[in-house]
Amino acid sequence: MSILVDHVTYLYETGTPLEHKALDEVCLEIKDGQFVGIIGHTGSGKSTLMQHLNGLLKAHSGHIYLDGEDIDAPGYPKKKLRSQVGLVFQYPEHQLFEVDVFTDVCFGPKNLGLPKEEVEERVRKALLQVGIPEEYWKQSPFEISGGQKRRVAIAGVLAMQPGVLILDEPTAGLDPKGRREILDQIKKLQTQTGMTVLLVSHSMEDVAEYVDRIVVMNRGKILLDGAPKEVFCHVEELEGVGLAAPQMTYVMRALRKRGFDVDEDAITVEEAAAGILRALS
Amino acid sequence: MLRDITIGQYYQTDSVIHRLDPRVKLAGTLLFIVSLFFFQNIGGYLAAALFLALVIRLSKVPFRYIVRGMRAILFVLLITVTFNLFLTPGRTLVELFGGHVRITYEGLKMAFFIALRLAFLIVGSSIMTLTTTPNHLTDGLERALRPLKVFKAPVHEVAMMMSIALRFIPLLLEETDKIMKAQMARGADFESGNLIQRAKAMVPILVPLFICAFRRAADLAMAMEARCYRGGEGRTKMKPLVYGRADYLAYFLLAVYTVGSIFIGRL
Ligand SMILES: Nc1ncnc2c1ncn2[C@@H]1O[C@H](COP(=O)(O)OP(=O)(O)OP(=O)(O)O)[C@@H](O)[C@H]1O
Ligand SMILES: [Mg+2]
Repeated sequence: MSILVDHVTYLYETGTPLEHKALDEVCLEIKDGQFVGIIGHTGSGKSTLMQHLNGLLKAHSGHIYLDGEDIDAPGYPKKKLRSQVGLVFQYPEHQLFEVDVFTDVCFGPKNLGLPKEEVEERVRKALLQVGIPEEYWKQSPFEISGGQKRRVAIAGVLAMQPGVLILDEPTAGLDPKGRREILDQIKKLQTQTGMTVLLVSHSMEDVAEYVDRIVVMNRGKILLDGAPKEVFCHVEELEGVGLAAPQMTYVMRALRKRGFDVDEDAITVEEAAAGILRALS
Repeated sequence: MLRDITIGQYYQTDSVIHRLDPRVKLAGTLLFIVSLFFFQNIGGYLAAALFLALVIRLSKVPFRYIVRGMRAILFVLLITVTFNLFLTPGRTLVELFGGHVRITYEGLKMAFFIALRLAFLIVGSSIMTLTTTPNHLTDGLERALRPLKVFKAPVHEVAMMMSIALRFIPLLLEETDKIMKAQMARGADFESGNLIQRAKAMVPILVPLFICAFRRAADLAMAMEARCYRGGEGRTKMKPLVYGRADYLAYFLLAVYTVGSIFIGRL
């Protein structure tokens, strides 16, 4: 599904002295099937923007179109919107509440009013997609590990089979191995189903390897937008807003300064290694 | 929505009222509330309104902000008013539904005064919390209650518990907001259905909320222990409370208000 964000402005705490703009005339177009990384410093408005996309927050001005239809238009079915734009919140494991993992994942599809068989079918599929094997399905969601909780929560949204999946910092607080596993699974899912995926993060390393496009946000505005390599060319601008390019970009820059003829746009360790070998041979 | 609830919250700014000793503000709130219960005519309420307006003005807290916080208790206010309006015996003013329901002259008067009293009570006590940080409030309460120590009352602990409870209000509201949104993103519906369905719809919010509250409380306890907190015994103050000139003046004005308003209110 495609999304068009057209000059969206949003203010928190309107009418109080604490009023402030969290989004300032944001424009963004996301094509069907894209895997987009949204990066920005803490408080830059990433989560706020994401909550607009499934109608949890309503823009004070501007419009959002999903497949060309204005989601704030009167009569646009909110329930359908929520099922088509699946939003996984920051620390989604805090929303688990059911007696066991399986029932918890059922919550979403059940709310869509689907028949029981269909619900269970979807839940099984979703749980396997995020890599929760069957032996955990009857356990309490409070007794499994943090990483597993996170996956169960993601499955809870996946089971609604959305056309757009938004993940707000899905890897926050996980160890490097857990991070990789989750991101690998999301990537796999995206290539298999052709889902549009938006991945919010403030770690360049996480995002760089997986996404087709990076959108950098700063103080409620979009600062940079483009393919990872293009975005990482702007190291100074990124650093200016409290972000950094991936470590490999810095390594390659340093090498170049010392007179090695390497490409500066390597992002992953593999690319960097290949680049260095090429320069040496 | 939920974040509109400002009961018990601190409003950061610098004003005469903010700088007053917390004991003065505690005493002031108490006296103000007590005075409300002495009034028998509109004059007393007018005096109270005047006093309140003056304090709000001095405190630099925008009136709009205070009123916004009142919205949360509007419901309680309405119920009280309704009960008083319809259930007070006395001279009949109007009869509705063929005499089954009647509004009496006394009922009307009572409802009006009760509404005023409740509103003043809440605004009065929110002024205290709006202008006093939880730390200050704890200090003040502890000092004010110190005489009770003679009876082995756990004064420090009670004061500490109160300020922690106040601190938890915004945390829990914020958390509720987040959890509600997260469940709405999973298609939960809190707005339609009958009473039972709506009550059931609260489960997905309440369970995570309770878990979160316990987790936060445990974390806080751990953090306090890690910094060697061990109760009030032998604990000294970095900034002991001392009265200044403004505080004595405030006490004097308070005395004037209390005596004056009660005198007017009972004329
Ligand atoms: N519910 C709220 N009420 C008031 N202000 C808020 C609320 N949520 C966010 N804000 C403010 O809006 C701005 C944008 O917040 P947002 O949560 O969108 O940032 P973010 O980019 O997701 O940050 P993070 O990386 O920390 O998650 C911040 O200044 C924040 O303080
Ligand atoms: Mg965020």
